[in-house]
Amino acid sequence: MPELEVTDPSRSLPAAGRAARTYLLLAAFVLLRAFGNLCLAWGTKHFPETLGGNPWAYLRVLLNPFVTLGIVMMIVAIVVRLALLAVADLSYVLPMTAIGYVLAALFGSVFLHEVVSAQHWTGTVLIFAGVALVSSTSQNTTQNTTQLHGNSAGKERKSR
Amino acid sequence: MTWILLSLVVVATALSDLLQSYEMKKTGDQVATASGMAKIPAMIFHKRYLILSILCLAVSFFAFMALVQRTTLSFAVPASAASFVVETILARFVLGEYVGPRRAAGVLLVLGGVVLLAR
Repeated sequence: MPELEVTDPSRSLPAAGRAARTYLLLAAFVLLRAFGNLCLAWGTKHFPETLGGNPWAYLRVLLNPFVTLGIVMMIVAIVVRLALLAVADLSYVLPMTAIGYVLAALFGSVFLHEVVSAQHWTGTVLIFAGVALVSSTSQNTTQNTTQLHGNSAGKERKSR
Repeated sequence: MTWILLSLVVVATALSDLLQSYEMKKTGDQVATASGMAKIPAMIFHKRYLILSILCLAVSFFAFMALVQRTTLSFAVPASAASFVVETILARFVLGEYVGPRRAAGVLLVLGGVVLLAR
């Protein structure tokens, strides 16, 4: 586990710390989103009204404790993901967080008794194979750490 | 209605992610620390692109909530992964990320897996 404090906030993170931090943030995000989704699904499915065009139904469903908990987890997940996007590419983060889809299928079958077909294992294997491939690529291709601070922070992308 | 909601989720998610990735890369990796993350909520209200991305996220979130209520979680979640392809292409051409053969193959494998999960 990386040490969670920066000695000099104007300096960017050391390369080794960046990779470990990226994995830590990835894990936190995947878990928060999976449990958040489960809470939302549970709450909305046990809600008597149909959601869609009526904004009042949305306001009322917010009072459901599961929906509230789900929303809190989603908000924390958003913050974690923003931090993640500061250290890693979008095209890296997206497939890596796909492990969440496997968790969603698992939670759907375990907690919500949804029928998950037999081919879901094939899908799971494909996702993990894809994640393994993507994880072997560089986490950040648009930025090198020496360019991080200083006034040209937004320009290096254009120069590629 | 299911497909309208699903398209809404995909388009809003892609837009939101592009805006977030662009703005956060510009901010730098110092925010990926415990003290840096504490500053992110306040940051959201100061950065134009982040405000816009949160609006897109809200649209995708409410559409997703309606989607998950009328279908199953094990359909809704993987189906919204259609945004993968759109976003990887946009990350390559709009954000200038390097999507090499290994990363592209990985994304396709993940997508294939997600489609299988959606059935």
